[in-house]
Amino acid sequence: MTPSSAPPAVEARALTRRYRGATALDGVTLTIERDKITGLLGRNGAGKTTLMSLITAQDRPTSGSVHVHGRDPFEQAELIEQMCFLRDNQRYPDDYKLKHAIRAARICYPNWSQETADRLIELFRIPSKPVVKKFSRGQLSALGIVLGLASRSEITFFDEPYLGLDATARHIFYDELLSEFTEHPRTIVLSTHLINEMDRLLERVIILDQGRVVRHADVEELRGDAFQVAGRAAAVEEFARDRRSLAHRTIGGLGTAVIEGSLATDDREAAEAASLEITPVSLQDLVAAYGVGAEAAAD
Amino acid sequence: MFDDTRPIFLQLADSIADDVLRGVYAEEEQVPSTNELAAYMRINPATAGKALNLLVERGVLYKRRGIGMFVAPGARSLIEEERRQAFAERFITPLVAEAKSLGLSPAEIARLIDQRYAALPADPQQTSKEQQS
Repeated sequence: MTPSSAPPAVEARALTRRYRGATALDGVTLTIERDKITGLLGRNGAGKTTLMSLITAQDRPTSGSVHVHGRDPFEQAELIEQMCFLRDNQRYPDDYKLKHAIRAARICYPNWSQETADRLIELFRIPSKPVVKKFSRGQLSALGIVLGLASRSEITFFDEPYLGLDATARHIFYDELLSEFTEHPRTIVLSTHLINEMDRLLERVIILDQGRVVRHADVEELRGDAFQVAGRAAAVEEFARDRRSLAHRTIGGLGTAVIEGSLATDDREAAEAASLEITPVSLQDLVAAYGVGAEAAAD
Repeated sequence: MFDDTRPIFLQLADSIADDVLRGVYAEEEQVPSTNELAAYMRINPATAGKALNLLVERGVLYKRRGIGMFVAPGARSLIEEERRQAFAERFITPLVAEAKSLGLSPAEIARLIDQRYAALPADPQQTSKEQQS
């Protein structure tokens, strides 16, 4: 048991953010636990970046509240200092080179590790001569990863940190994330669409859709927590009718349905009796199904 | 390495148990730590820890405080016994189902099994055991 006196890393209550009529975040209530790696998953526009902006006090909620380590982060410099948020489109001053970005980060982040920064710059082969503005997409992402990991902030947010990175660079990121995390446990939140590649790095998963939390669980709980049936459309429909179907697709006489819940023996028997094929559903497929499901329901 | 049918910690626990069964880790030998497994498999350390703890619960591993996890004495026969009990469910049930849909009789299945068994090369572990006794 962890001491119950320590408040969670983040606590959001009925958190809502509207922009000129569009609701980006819609009454989100959630807790992000300390010293865990949490994945923020969902389609583009699901509210992932808005949520991270509100937690890091870079934006104000329309209504509801957010607490970081038990306190409202807005205009609390010493609380904001403990957080590091790397946006996918992080901007730097026009004349900044690598050394300027590093120098600024060293001042901003009290737990900054220059050793980690130096090691990662070398691993990612980030160039020192050009201005950051001229960096490729992958080099920008690499710089964001360097700043995020070397900051050793108590809470670090990565917004799609892998954009433009090749397979080798992504593996460097995964390895360094895990070794930094095991040596200096801290709260890490990352949004990603590369779920098949990154799900195993996570401990907790928050799935957002249309500004709402649709699932919040241990990643291991979600693995094997849904299955897909495929076969004749009529049989699929019949099978899905009295079960919780997340996404249903029909093409000609053929259909598939993603069913929430683990596969029970009677599910298997019913599917076999109807000549339906059962396949496992990856976390990526599950997230996609939640994204489809809401739209289908709105039709 | 891992599939989507089951939680990773269960799959990892099975793969470590496999290693114990095949003698990759001898009884009383130390197994990799949570952090080593996490780094090697590129998985969250909590997941690696859950796999090791499950094997402790099952009596396959035991903890030495401040040192690490070790293969328990008798772990191999314990896993063998678990696997034998699961054998029918894992292998025979789907085999019989497939054979039935193909119209193969139990006698024909048995004949096929005999053929394949006879075609296997002699198991070196088995022969060395026989020589010892």
